[in-house]
This record gives sequence, C-alpha cells and structure tokens, in this order.
Amino acid sequence: MNNWTAAPMLIPLFTAVILIFLHNRLQLQRWISLLSSLLNAAVAIFLLYRVRTEGIQTLNMSGWAPPYGIVLVADMFAVLLVLAASIVSACCLLYSFRGIDEERERHYFYSLVHFMLAGVNGSFLTGDLFNLFVCFELMLMSSYALIVLGGTRRQFRETLHYILINVLSSTLFVASVAYLYGATGTLNLAHLSLRIAESGQSGPITVVAAMLLVVFSVKAGLFLFFWLPGSYGAPPAAISALFGALLTKVGMYALIRSFTLIFYHETAVTHTLIGIMGIATIVLGGFGAVSQTNVNRILGYNVIASIGFVSLALSVSNEDTLKGAVFYLVHDMIVKALLFLLAGILVAETGTERINKMGGVLDHSPLLSWMFLIASLAVVGIPPLGGFPGKLLIIQGSLESGEYMIAAAGVLLSLLLLYSLIKIFILGFWGKPRKPRETNWKQHPKLLWSSAPLLLLIVLLGVFAEPAMPYVSRAADILSDPSIYIQAVFKE
Amino acid sequence: MPKGSDIFLQNVSKIVVFIILAFALYLFFTGHVSPGGGFIAGLTSAGALLLLALAFDIDTVRKVLPVDFKLVMALGLLIALCTGTGAFFFGEPFLKHAFGYFHLPLLGKTELHTALIFDLGVYLAVVGVTMTILITIGEDS
Repeated sequence: MNNWTAAPMLIPLFTAVILIFLHNRLQLQRWISLLSSLLNAAVAIFLLYRVRTEGIQTLNMSGWAPPYGIVLVADMFAVLLVLAASIVSACCLLYSFRGIDEERERHYFYSLVHFMLAGVNGSFLTGDLFNLFVCFELMLMSSYALIVLGGTRRQFRETLHYILINVLSSTLFVASVAYLYGATGTLNLAHLSLRIAESGQSGPITVVAAMLLVVFSVKAGLFLFFWLPGSYGAPPAAISALFGALLTKVGMYALIRSFTLIFYHETAVTHTLIGIMGIATIVLGGFGAVSQTNVNRILGYNVIASIGFVSLALSVSNEDTLKGAVFYLVHDMIVKALLFLLAGILVAETGTERINKMGGVLDHSPLLSWMFLIASLAVVGIPPLGGFPGKLLIIQGSLESGEYMIAAAGVLLSLLLLYSLIKIFILGFWGKPRKPRETNWKQHPKLLWSSAPLLLLIVLLGVFAEPAMPYVSRAADILSDPSIYIQAVFKE
Repeated sequence: MPKGSDIFLQNVSKIVVFIILAFALYLFFTGHVSPGGGFIAGLTSAGALLLLALAFDIDTVRKVLPVDFKLVMALGLLIALCTGTGAFFFGEPFLKHAFGYFHLPLLGKTELHTALIFDLGVYLAVVGVTMTILITIGEDS
C-alpha cells in the first residue's frame, strides 16, 4: 500500500477546488497553480524512484482488496506518462500567465485545467475499467468547458462537434464496460486479464474489445479523427497545447494498456485491425497535414499522424516496438505541447493563422524561428533529438517481425510530417514580411521562455536516451508480460 | 409572473418546502447503512429550493439563501476531499473511513462515522451544482 500513488490525482483536485474560492485573485491563482503542477512533477519523480527501486506501487482505495475494491496501480509506463504530463502542464500554465486573457483567467481557467489534470493522471494510474471511465469523464467535462471558454463564434461551432462526438463515444464506453462485466463478472484490469486468459478470448469478448477499440480510438484520434483538427485549433494556444499533448495521449495509453494487458489473445483480429487503422491514420493524417495552410490545423493533423504511428507499434507488439511506443509517447507529449505553444506565439506575431499570409518572422524574432525549427526536426526524428530513439525502435522492431508495410508507413510518416512542418518554416519564417508588423504582443519573450524548458527536455531526451533506456525497457517489460502487472495488483 | 398572483402555490410551498427539507435531512442521516445519503439528500434539498423558485422567483431564493452556490459546491468538494485524504495521516489507505459509538444527549448510543462527513461534502456539492445550473438556466430566459 502506498498512498503516494493517489497523490498525482489528489494534488490537482485540491488545487482546482481551492482556486474556485480564489477566483478573483488572479495573481494568487497563477502562482498556486504553477506551484501545484511543479509539486505534482516532484511527486511523479518520487514515484518514479519508488517504482524503480521497489517495483510497481499499488493502492487499494479505502482498504478493499482487489478485485473487490478499486485499485490504483503505478507501474513504470503510467508513472513516466504522469511525469511528462506534469512537466507539460507546468510549462503550459506558465505560458498562460501571459498567453490567456484576464477574462478567461477570471472564469475559472486554472481550476478547469487542474480538474482536467486530475482526470488525466487518474486515467494513467487507475487499475479499474470503470474508474478509467470516471477519470475520462472528469477530463472530458473540464475539456468541454476549456474549449468553449471565451465564447467566440468559432469556439461554439467546434465545441458542438467536440461534445457530440465525445458524448457518443462515452455512451459506447459505458455500454462496452457493461458487456464486459456481464461476460466476465469483474472490472479490475488485472482480474479481467486473468479471467479472460483462463476462459480464452471468445468471440463475444473480441467484439467488446473491438467496441473499446472504437471508444479509445475516438479519444486518441486514431482513424476516427475528423473532429480533431478543428476542435484543437479553436481555443487559445495554451489550451490547444494541453489538449494536443495530453488528451489524445490518454486515449492512446488506454488503447495500449487494454490491448497489452487484457485483449492480447486474438492478435490476428484486434491487432491487425489496429495496424490497418494506424496505417490509414498515418496516410490520412500525413496528407491532411501537407494539404492544410492553417498553422493550427497542420499541427492538429500532426498530432493525429503521430497517434497512428504509436498504434503501429501496438499492432506489432514485440519488445522493441513497445519500448519505442513508450519512448515516443513521452516525447510526443512534450514536443506537441511545444509546437502548439510556439505556433501560438507565431500567430500572435503575424496576426494570422494562414501560412501563405505570413512571412519574414525570422528577421524580427530569430529565437522563435530556431526553436520552431528544432521542434519540427524533433517531431520528424532527426538523430540528436528526442524523436529519434522512439522512431528507430518502432521501425527496427517492425522489421524484426517482418512487418515491412508498417516500417514503410513509419518512414512515410516522417517524410510527410517533415514536409508539412518545413512548409510552415519556409512560408512563415523565410521571405519578406507581408505586412507591417503590429507589436501588440508585448509579452512575447516571456512566452518564449516559458516554452524553453520543453525544448531543453526534447534535446535532453535525445542526448541522454541511453541512461533513460532502463526506465523505458522496464515499462515495456510490463506491457509485454501481463503477469508482472497482475502479480503486483494481487500481491497483498 | 407578477408577485402574489399564485396565492395557493405560494402558501402551500411555504409549508411543503420545510417538509421536503426535513425529508432530505432524514435521507441524509439514514444513508450509509440503508438507502439514502448525501447525493440523494442534496437533490431533494435542491428540489425544495426549486419549488420555492417556481412559486415565487429566483430573487426570493437568493434572498432566503444569500450564498454563492458555486462556492457551496467548492466547499462540498473540499470537505469530501479532506475526509478522504485524512486517512493519510493515520497510515490508512486513501478514502478509508473510521467509526465509533458515542453517548449523545437525547439520542443515546449513536454510531458516528467519518463517511458522514464525506457525505456532507457530497450533499453540499450536489446542492451547489444543481442550484448553479438552475439559476443559470433561469437567468437566461
């Protein structure tokens, strides 16, 4: 039993509630929320240390032993993602001190962000399928409010799509949870895994697995992503960054967790399906990114294409690809947040979201330009940067398993993303300024500095990939061998 | 609706509101071991306030209960969270509850448990949320 396992969920919850009382004290709100997210990162590092030295940490809530009660499970994979989420959120909060207008800040912006973080961290840490649903809802409810906060015309339109699609998928989620409970009599993830391994993954259970695949795919933006580029572009940059970095990754985490821990018997059906969806996502997302001229939509399609790539790793599911998936997912959280934050500055700087109306940003803000270039190269996976090790492992692993189609799709993805991001660079940063620059954005250097830690982190992730590898392989071991997870849950 | 135009509804609700609130109180205390609890009691109380708002108007409800319901909700959440986290300090798992039997004046031997405090949090949160929603919708029309 380790109560610290609940802390990454409780700290944001407490912060969110306290911030409601302080909703008129903006300065106080800002510092409390920053402190809280830093504290969360510290707790995540502490948990990482405990997981490394003592193995998987579990907490039986209210003292009820699994499978009767709800259990929180902090394994290496979950803790790495919690850590990345905390760091990303700290930077996004720092950015929003200047990047979000006071009107939004006054309307519970910080509370909502922390409620969302509680949902995100809860989804990573929970060991119970219904609790996962609850955490998803907590995260989605807050994201509904965040996406519409400010109430511009565009936000209202996109919110409608966003809410409809998510309510629909949540309904399907509850339905599949009910089916699964009817078929197996349990909702504890470890117990589900045991029961299905005992009785064999029969046809009906595979159908439920496919339903859950649809649910998580909608949340992750895997294949069913038509709503994503529009919705993520509507709110201000700090919110888009949080969404792009965290929400889709939670969906992806749920996919990886459920299809490595529970539904790993009928790989010919489910994992092939995931592979096909992944390739389709890469092709559609990649070409979508290339075809767009709106910065935020290009980034939205980038998020989608990367999700497609991680799902390829899941569909192959050998040791190397799973390691790659863990590494790439952590890196992708950080780099997508960074790109959205930088794009926010770019849009504020040029006064437009269309790249063919921009130009010459390199002349007056060189720092922004080079940061954007490095982030773009990291997304593509140029060697010294953080995108490389993950991508290498996934492609290498799929070649080992003889999945040449999947390896080819991974390479194609890099090319398409490179083209789409370099297009922003060429049209937006090179050339002559299209129109006289309006300097209404005085906080610009501070915004750059608040995104700098993320840039530093992706460089460090690339350079120190070797020392990071033990953590990543520990996470991948649990994914490839469900019995480690199951033993940890039932040990007490 | 002009004030005083619905004399029956207004006079009946003045009494019925208290009956509903008393029932809510009963539901609140009977919870935990039998059907009831903070959630349902909160909804029932909000129902009483809604009746008041229908019979008179929202301004009357505001005058009777001059509180910001958003803060009520936050207070409820805070109480519930603190009760759950309190277990940390006794080396117990999160959300673990404690109970004991006490001799209280009038009531005699009574079982008191920390889940009741948690329920109080739930109660306040539910009343806060429901009233915030109702007042927001009511203001728009």
